[in-house]
Amino acid sequence: METRSPDEVPVVQEGREEDLELLPELVTHLRDRRTELREQWANRITNAHLLSAMTDEEIFSMATSVYDNYVEVLETGSVEALQAYARDLSERIIPRGVETYEVVGIVLLLRDVLARSLFEKYQKDFELLNRVLDAYEPAANRIANTVAVSFVQERERIIRQQQDAIRELSTPVLQVRERILILPIIGVLDEQRANQFTEQLLAGIRNNRAKVVVIDITGVPDVDSEVANHLVQAVDASRLMGASVILTGLSPEIAQTLVTIGVDLGKMNTVGDLQGGVEEAERLLGFQVTKSDTVGNHQH
Amino acid sequence: MLVSILRQGSYLIASIHEALNDREIVQFQRDLVEQIGTHRARGVIIDVAALDVMDSFGSRTLLNLAHAARLRGAETVIVGIQPTVAFAMVRLGMGLDNVHTALDLEEGLECLQRLLQEPRDHQSPR
Repeated sequence: METRSPDEVPVVQEGREEDLELLPELVTHLRDRRTELREQWANRITNAHLLSAMTDEEIFSMATSVYDNYVEVLETGSVEALQAYARDLSERIIPRGVETYEVVGIVLLLRDVLARSLFEKYQKDFELLNRVLDAYEPAANRIANTVAVSFVQERERIIRQQQDAIRELSTPVLQVRERILILPIIGVLDEQRANQFTEQLLAGIRNNRAKVVVIDITGVPDVDSEVANHLVQAVDASRLMGASVILTGLSPEIAQTLVTIGVDLGKMNTVGDLQGGVEEAERLLGFQVTKSDTVGNHQH
Repeated sequence: MLVSILRQGSYLIASIHEALNDREIVQFQRDLVEQIGTHRARGVIIDVAALDVMDSFGSRTLLNLAHAARLRGAETVIVGIQPTVAFAMVRLGMGLDNVHTALDLEEGLECLQRLLQEPRDHQSPR
């Protein structure tokens, strides 16, 4: 298989040499009608309710830049400037909730607007129109491709960045009392995070000489059989190191789900909330917490 | 010496110093079960802290050893399982169910003391 750098959009070359000679004529035509076609395009975007997250002025200024870049690609055949612009644009609009279909949609609209204007101009000569379209279509498809791919790549880059950020928020290992640790898990527990979590749990047990560990999963949005399996493994591994685990914070929904999918957490020691978990841990180690009479009696 | 078996009161403390092959581990199992009888030991601690890998045969033999020791009248606690070993064992589905485990030698002794105070039929691992 051919390997290519992820930044590069593969070039689909079609169109014959003599048709490509028509491109300069095309470019001149599109330059001449710039104001009108751009206006048409912007209107169609608004009518199709695309890019609803952007204001009309923003759409117009974006339309201008994309239009000019578009014509430039037709003229020079180089998509680099357009690619750079599309990336930059994507970076700005992705946080505002612009979706892939919208971006693809507007590029296809522009393609249609320009194609119609070519129909209009060359309708008298069908032969010539065919040749013009032969020159125009591959270039236009390539542009649509470039913009869509740039957008998706930018989005993937942002997703990767965020995943890294989440990963770096490692699970804290907190000692609450001698030999009792608390590990709150917050966020989605995927394979990689589960492994990291178990490593930290086991290292924490050894470094703090813990006997009881309270794992709180209040912050885990969804527990499926895979996550449950990770938790069971973490518990078993802790047991091998001589520590017992108390699992807390299973919400009613999660409890129902686990029962429904038939995950057996019977071996696990589960307690409703973190407070109960800590109390249970204290009980296991023989701690007794008593309220002092002298404090907290300041009633008047 | 790959394994040392020391007597401490009514306990036997077996330390594994380096990775054992299948033959050696079977030999170790035989020696230990034998010595439980000769020393009239009531508790056994197997220290595996020096091991950074444990295969399925190793963990199964340890499990068998613990059960055999119980038949000979001694409780077994396995101590010092390294985090990486614990993780690997669990991922390979080789738990040490029904065997007592503890963090290190000190914990193991404490665990044995607790076990031997309780009446026997109430003994169940955590």
